[in-house]
Amino acid sequence: MEGTLFNIFAGLAVLSALLVVANPLSRNPVTSALFLVTTMISISGLFVLLGAYFLAAVQILVYAGAVMVLFLFVIMLLDVQEVARRKLNLVSLAMGFIAVGALFLLYKSSLESTYDETTRHHEVVETVQAEAKSAKAVGSTRALGQALFSKDKGFLLPFEIVSILLLVAMVGAILLSRKEPR
Amino acid sequence: MEPTLDQYLLVSGALFAIGLLGVIVRRNLLIIYMSLELMLNAANVALVAMSRFNGNLDGQVMVFFIITVAAAEVSVGLALIIALYRKRQTAEVEDLATMKL
Repeated sequence: MEGTLFNIFAGLAVLSALLVVANPLSRNPVTSALFLVTTMISISGLFVLLGAYFLAAVQILVYAGAVMVLFLFVIMLLDVQEVARRKLNLVSLAMGFIAVGALFLLYKSSLESTYDETTRHHEVVETVQAEAKSAKAVGSTRALGQALFSKDKGFLLPFEIVSILLLVAMVGAILLSRKEPR
Repeated sequence: MEPTLDQYLLVSGALFAIGLLGVIVRRNLLIIYMSLELMLNAANVALVAMSRFNGNLDGQVMVFFIITVAAAEVSVGLALIIALYRKRQTAEVEDLATMKL
């Protein structure tokens, strides 16, 4: 059951992420934005499978809700017309694909070498996974709140700093997008 | 059967690679920005998976902060794009080459 759901969500996330970046049918930013929403929702499905229920809800509220609406607003504001399809630079396109593909393969092989017989890493990984079976970190709202705000090992100062960061971002956004900067 | 940590990390790596591809290949500022968001989300998936398989909530707290910072980043970045568009009437990186030698 969980394996099937994982396959569905992971496949959907990767597929729609590909359609955000390289959609063969349309190069309209609105299409990309809508596929990005699909990606975000699939990722939040993955979060549910990982037991991070609060983060799954926040992911949908903040990303699929606020951030993507902001993106669509800006696309609307910029009024990007269907620009004449520019000639793609095929050399740079191929170079990009090769570089990123090589990077991904490197990452993949480094993941697989974790299970190499010659290293002892796989034992570590298996112990950790066996422990996790018993520990089961479930990120319910209550547990996450306690992890964030507990007095001895909480994250109270970072939380306050982040609130100031949000204030600065708000002021900055208003200042930057005013009609006549002065 | 429950998926393993490796599978989650592989998905995360794939999403990150796709985001990086978007940043490298695409020429539209908005789509480059969306690809950046994709890369941030790939990191989030990796962190939550690590947190799950370590039996520790600190990774999820980290993701909470990353989501907040990403929201702030998006608002400022999109404001910058709007300001740039007002000045130059374009959102393609090829047209923004004033600082190129």
